[in-house]
Amino acid sequence: MLIYIAKRLLIALPTLLIVSMLVFGLQHLLPGDPVLAMAGEERDPETLARIRASLNLDQPIPIQYLRWLGGVVTGDFGTSLRTGEPVSALIAQKLPVTIQLAVMAMIFAALIGIPTGIIAAVNKGSPVDWAANLVALSGLSIPNFWLGIMLILLVSVNLGWLPASGYESPFVDPWRSLQTMIMPAFVLGTGLAATLMRHTRSAMLGVMSADYIRTARAKGLTRREVILKHGFRNALLPVITLTALLFGELLAGAVLTEQIFTIPGFGKLIVDAVFNRDYAVVQGVVLCTAVGFLLMNLIADVLSVLLNPRMRAAL
Amino acid sequence: MTQPILSLRGLTTAFKTEDGWKEVIRDISFDVQPGETVAIVGESGSGKSVTSLSIMGLLDSRARVSGQVLLDGRDLLALTEAEMRSVRGNDIAMIFQEPMTSLNPVFTVGRQIAELLIRHGKVARDQVRAEVLRLMDRVRIPNAAARMEEYPHQFSGGMRQRVMIAMALAARPRLLIADEPTTALDVTIQGQILDLIKEIQEEQGMAVLFITHDMGVVAEIADRTVVMYRGDRVETGATADLFTDARHPYTRALLAAVPRLGDMTDQDWPLRFPSVDMDSGTITAQAAVSNPINRSATPVLSVKNLVTRFGSGSDLLGRPTGKVHAVENVSFDLWQGETLSLVGESGCGKSTTGRSILRLVQPEAGHVQLDGFDVLTAGARDLRRMRRSGQMIFQDPFSSLNPRMTVGQTVIEPILTHKLAGRAEARDRAAELLRQVGLDGSMMDRYPHEFSGGQRQRIAIARVLGLNPKVIVADESVSALDVSIKAQVCNLLMDLQDRLGLAYLFISHDMAVVERVSHRVAVMYLGEIVEIGPREAIFADPQHPYTRRLIAAVPIPDPARRGLRRGGEIDELKSPVRPLGFQPPQRQWRQVSDRHFVMAG
Repeated sequence: MLIYIAKRLLIALPTLLIVSMLVFGLQHLLPGDPVLAMAGEERDPETLARIRASLNLDQPIPIQYLRWLGGVVTGDFGTSLRTGEPVSALIAQKLPVTIQLAVMAMIFAALIGIPTGIIAAVNKGSPVDWAANLVALSGLSIPNFWLGIMLILLVSVNLGWLPASGYESPFVDPWRSLQTMIMPAFVLGTGLAATLMRHTRSAMLGVMSADYIRTARAKGLTRREVILKHGFRNALLPVITLTALLFGELLAGAVLTEQIFTIPGFGKLIVDAVFNRDYAVVQGVVLCTAVGFLLMNLIADVLSVLLNPRMRAAL
Repeated sequence: MTQPILSLRGLTTAFKTEDGWKEVIRDISFDVQPGETVAIVGESGSGKSVTSLSIMGLLDSRARVSGQVLLDGRDLLALTEAEMRSVRGNDIAMIFQEPMTSLNPVFTVGRQIAELLIRHGKVARDQVRAEVLRLMDRVRIPNAAARMEEYPHQFSGGMRQRVMIAMALAARPRLLIADEPTTALDVTIQGQILDLIKEIQEEQGMAVLFITHDMGVVAEIADRTVVMYRGDRVETGATADLFTDARHPYTRALLAAVPRLGDMTDQDWPLRFPSVDMDSGTITAQAAVSNPINRSATPVLSVKNLVTRFGSGSDLLGRPTGKVHAVENVSFDLWQGETLSLVGESGCGKSTTGRSILRLVQPEAGHVQLDGFDVLTAGARDLRRMRRSGQMIFQDPFSSLNPRMTVGQTVIEPILTHKLAGRAEARDRAAELLRQVGLDGSMMDRYPHEFSGGQRQRIAIARVLGLNPKVIVADESVSALDVSIKAQVCNLLMDLQDRLGLAYLFISHDMAVVERVSHRVAVMYLGEIVEIGPREAIFADPQHPYTRRLIAAVPIPDPARRGLRRGGEIDELKSPVRPLGFQPPQRQWRQVSDRHFVMAG
C-alpha cells in the first residue's frame, strides 16, 4: 500500500512541474505591468528599473521561473508585490478558511446527494425518483451567486437568523464559525449535491441489476441489507472517484461564493491578486490549489483501492 | 403418493410493457416430490428462468405473478414480502448460471456464506465460523480454512459455483433451484459440479429443480422433466420416457436437434444436422459434406511453431512479473475445403491461436502461411490484403455487430474498404450475400437489434463472405446459440464449405458439435496441442489422457447411459502463467496412425 502511494506521488511530480510552468507562463501573458502598478505616480525610468531589478523582473523569464521554483521547493513562495508580506504567510492564513468551506460544502453535498441518489435508484420510475431528479436539475441550473444572494436576503436580511457575511475561525468561536459558514457551504454544496445525486443514482442502478444482488435477495436478506450492504458498497467506488474530480469544481465555486459572502479565503485572495497583478500571490495560490486537487485525487484512488479487494490484490 | 414438496398450479407471469401486460409464462403446473430431481428444459425465451424466479418471488415490480406456488401446501404467492424472506435461502435455496458475477466482489466468500447462517439464525454466533468451514469442506473447496478469507475474484469459476452451493446448503433447504448452474463452466468442471449436487441431494434428501437448456445434462440428472416452449409447458414426464417416447412435436424436434457424442462413429464425412421443424416435429435427414480434400496440394493455412505470450502482473515500474504462455509451439496445416476443430477448455489458448493466425494479436515467434501470405512478417499493405483471405466469426452475435450500423452497411463495409466493388455494386452484392446465408435482401436497412441471435450470426457470416475468404476462423461461433439455431448455423457453415470450398478453423468447447462438423480435431491443453488427428480417430481412439477426460466428461443426452460416473477428483485447469525466462520443455510426438499424432510423456 505504501509503495502504491509512493508510486502515485512520484507520478504526480511531473504533473505538478507542468502545472507550475503553466501558472508561471500564463501569468506573463496577462496584460498589465506590476511595476507600473506599484510605482504609482513615480514613473521615471530609473525608479521603475530599480523596482524591476529588486524583484528580479528584469531577468529572462526562464531564469525568473527557476528562481521562483527554487524558492517554492524550500517553502518560499516569494513576497506579495503589493503588500510585501510573504506569500506563504498569506496562504497559511487563508487556506484553512477555504478548506473549512470546502469540507463543509462536501459534507452538505454528500448528505444530500448520496441518500437521494440511492432512494431515486431503488424507486426508479416512481414519483420519488421523478421528484429527486427535479430537485437535482434545479440544483444544477440555479447559479450559486443567485442562490447566495437570495439566501442572504431571506435568512439574514428578512429573518435575521444568520449573519450575512464575515468569518470566524472554528478554533476561536466554533458556534459563531458555524453560523457564518453554514450558508456559504450550503450554497456551494447544492450544485455538487445534484451532480453527486445523479451519479449515485446511475451507479446504484447499475449495481442493483447485478447478479450478486439477486443472490443476496435469494438468500432472504432484508431489503435494507440488500441495498446498503450489497448494493451501496459496490456503487460507492465510482462515486468516490467522481467526488475527487468534483473537488476542482468546488474550488472554482468557492471563488464566487467567498466573494458573495465576503469570506477572507483563497477565492478572495486570488481575485484580489489578479486585479493587482500580484504575480507571486497568484502563482502561489494556483499552485497550492493544484497540489490540493492532486492530493484529493490521490486520496480518492487510495480509498477506491482500499474498498476494492480486486485492486487491493493487484498491488 | 406423498405430498409434493413444491407444487405449481396454473402459474402465470406477465410483464408490464408499453403495450400492456404481456404473459411470458402461461398456466404452468407441475409437482416436485421430496428428494426428486425435476428438470425444466427449453430454449431461450421459453420462460424457464422466469418460472424459477416466480417461485422465489424474485421478479421486480413490473412483473405480475398469478396462480399458486405451493410449498408443502402453503401458497408462497399469498405470503407477505417479510414472510417470503424467511422462505428464501431457508426453505428454498437457489444457485445461478453465472458463478463469476453471482458473488459480491467486495466481501470475502466466508462472510457471504456466514451472512445466510446469521440471517436465518441457523447456528449460534460463535459457531458461525466453524459452520462456514464445514460447509466449504463439504463442497470440497481445498484448503477451506484459508480460502474463506479470500474474495470471489481469487476463485475459479468452478470453485465459485462450489461457494454458491455451500451458501445454498447452509440452511439445509428442502428444495434447491439450480438455474443453469453449469452452463458457464467447462465440461470437466460441469461434471464435477453435477456430481456434487447429486451427492449432496442424496445425503440431505433435498429436492432439486434443475433449469437447463442442455439435453445431455437433463439425461444425466433428472428423474422427471418438464419441457417448456415459448412460455408454455408442452410436456412433462419421466426423463427416460421423454427421451424414448416424446409425445409433443416440439420435444421430439428438440431431441433431434441435439448432437450426441458417438453419433458419428460410422460416418466418414462431416454430417449436416437433420432439419427439424420446431412446430410440427418433422425431421428430415440431411446429406454429408463429402467433398474430397486434396491433401497433396499446398495447405491453404500452414502454422509452424507458433508462440504467443502475454505479460502478466506488474512490478513497481510496470514491468510484467510473469508470462502467460497462451500459445506454445503450435503447428498444424489446414487444406482447402477442410474443417479443423481446435478444442479445449477455457484458458487453453484456442482463441488466442485463432487470433494469432490472423495477427489480431502479435505472436512472439513462429511462421504462419495463409493463402501465400507470410502473415507474421507481412507489412501493413500485405496484411490488409491477407485479411481478404482469412476472416473471423466471433462468439457473441450481440456485441460483434455495430448497433449503429444497418445490416446492409455492416455487410457492405468490408467490400468497400477492400475496394472490391463500387457502392451500387456492393449493395447488390450484400443483398445476394444475405440471401446466401438464408436472410432476405430486403432486411438491409434494419438494425442488428431487430434480429435474433441466430440471424445476427448469419449476418456476421455474410459480412465475412463478402471478401471471398479462403479460411474462416470460427471462434465459438455457435456456442451462444440455442440448440435448434446452433444446428441451423452449423448447417449453413457446412453448405458454404460444400459450395465455396472454404476451410474452417473451428474453435469450440462443444465436443458433440465438433464431432459433427470436423474433418480433423486438435486438442489443446495449457497452450499446447496435445493430440491432433482425423475426427474419427480422436473420438474412437483418444490417446492423450486429457483428450480422454474431455470426451468422458461430456454429458450424453441418453438416460440409458447414465451412471457412467466420472472420477471424483477435484481438478482445476492449471495456469499457463510462468515466471519470466521460463523455458518450455521440449516435446516428443508419437504417431498413432496415419495423420494421428499425440504428445508423448
